[in-house]
Amino acid sequence: MEIVKTENLTFEYIRRDEEDNVEGITTAVDNVSLSVEPGQFIAILGHNGSGKSTLAKHLNAILYPTEGTVWIDGNDTKDDSKLWTIRETAGMVFQNPDNQIIGQVVEEDVGFGPENMGVPTKEIWERVEESLKVVGMYEYRKSSPNRLSGGQKQRVSIAGVLAMHPKCIVLDEPTAMLDPVGRREVINAVRGLNDVEKITIILITHYMDEIVNADKVFVMDRGHIEMEGTPREIFSQVERLKELRLDVPQVTELAYILRQRGLPIPLGILTIDELTEALKKCR
Amino acid sequence: MSLIVNHVSYTYNPGTPMERHALKDVNLVINEGEFIGLIGHTGSGKSTLVQHLNGLMSPTSGEIYYNGEDISDPDFPKKKLRSEVGLVFQYPEHQLFEVDVFSDVCFGPKNIGLSKKEAELRAYDALKQVGIDDEYFYQSPFDLSGGQKRRVAIAGVLAMQPKILVLDEPTAGLDPGGRDEILDRLLKIRNDTNCSIVLVSHSMEDVANYADRIVVMNDGSIVYNDVPREVFKHYRELKEMGLSAPQVTLALHRLKEEGFAVDTDAINVSEAADSIGRCFGI
Repeated sequence: MEIVKTENLTFEYIRRDEEDNVEGITTAVDNVSLSVEPGQFIAILGHNGSGKSTLAKHLNAILYPTEGTVWIDGNDTKDDSKLWTIRETAGMVFQNPDNQIIGQVVEEDVGFGPENMGVPTKEIWERVEESLKVVGMYEYRKSSPNRLSGGQKQRVSIAGVLAMHPKCIVLDEPTAMLDPVGRREVINAVRGLNDVEKITIILITHYMDEIVNADKVFVMDRGHIEMEGTPREIFSQVERLKELRLDVPQVTELAYILRQRGLPIPLGILTIDELTEALKKCR
Repeated sequence: MSLIVNHVSYTYNPGTPMERHALKDVNLVINEGEFIGLIGHTGSGKSTLVQHLNGLMSPTSGEIYYNGEDISDPDFPKKKLRSEVGLVFQYPEHQLFEVDVFSDVCFGPKNIGLSKKEAELRAYDALKQVGIDDEYFYQSPFDLSGGQKRRVAIAGVLAMQPKILVLDEPTAGLDPGGRDEILDRLLKIRNDTNCSIVLVSHSMEDVANYADRIVVMNDGSIVYNDVPREVFKHYRELKEMGLSAPQVTLALHRLKEEGFAVDTDAINVSEAADSIGRCFGI
């Protein structure tokens, strides 16, 4: 069974003036149908305002569809009685780490989720220890979160979600506010969750280099899914991505230009290694 | 116009167990009309340095000279300095507060005592420079998209008509289209008004594409201060500092190691394509 499935999902934001009269309607998500298998690493791309975050907020029932349906592990998000099951199944990590950390001490923060779910105390501590070890933050368990770097804080946020033992984690631009070192730390932690813990990952990002290892990429534009495929299939379409105000990794663009100039390089080169191998064959 | 940072050091919490040397003997000259990229990982001292440039922080030792005058001098007109050295902080859209876009941009010029008319003229120009159309002028700034809000916030500083514009990661959180739009606008503003721009960035690709000169900070000191091409030759050292070089530069170095006769000087995609092209005779 799919871990995440949406069918004709549409969501409208209704803007109202001070007297509560409707001023306008913005369709943020427009008839999106997609399905995600357990254990997949999914990436969602799209420019600002393309509907990525609105879609993400449907995946743990922060928003409900105006039309259409969302199922998380088989549960319809509109079914109130399933609300907590859904939120325990699909955890969410947001862009700004400072908005997600509430504890005075790292381990307390990570324990908040399971405690709130009514997990027995002994097991809470086991989960906290295990989650912090997975994201490589165990040695900071007694630290105060406000003494940590952005990348470290974001890994604590991820540990906090992990301690709730979700089957799926949705990350909404988790690296947008981090420096290159912090970005690498967070992305490595996320990859580890997928490879080792087999947790389904849905990663929303602007950084194309973070998704070259994804199983599947969705590109959104004006609320629709515009493109869907493996990273190689997506990045083969350099011109199309540029039209959608997105980038490709520099080496992908470089390979694309060299191919246009006549070198027999395959489409959709994603890494420096692949470019090197392709050019060796041209010699 | 010139701004000289002369042997500046800054220590947080001096004489306590929390003492930390954020700047160590920093020397830097910012010339008129220069586009400078300032890079360094978190905690390298970039933000501390930037806050010294308009006197928000004062050096523990050393001096900063603006047009030959020491800005720490009690008689120095700090207020004028702050309108001439404009600072755009990270996520400047969080500082928007007025009821509409136009009033928000007018706030700065009015605050330095300009007449309503002059302030409005400046706000109009500034909004045009960042590419905000008239139709948005009387909308609430909070109804705009992320990229538009960011540009309105930058207009608020531009309306002060600064001689030096310092921006701390102006493109963080924006999509590639929004990022290019802001950086292209900044370059045009520099070309039109000959102001100097200091761009603090985490993106090696952005500074490679836009800056005339790159200043690299590490552990409170300036380690490199040169044209992008020269700075990125130190890609190994940059990596050790938690930084990097543009991906194409790294690719060319890799190709060279693999025995390709490529020129590794390229710092952007088209230069790299030419470099590899030459090697294959195309």
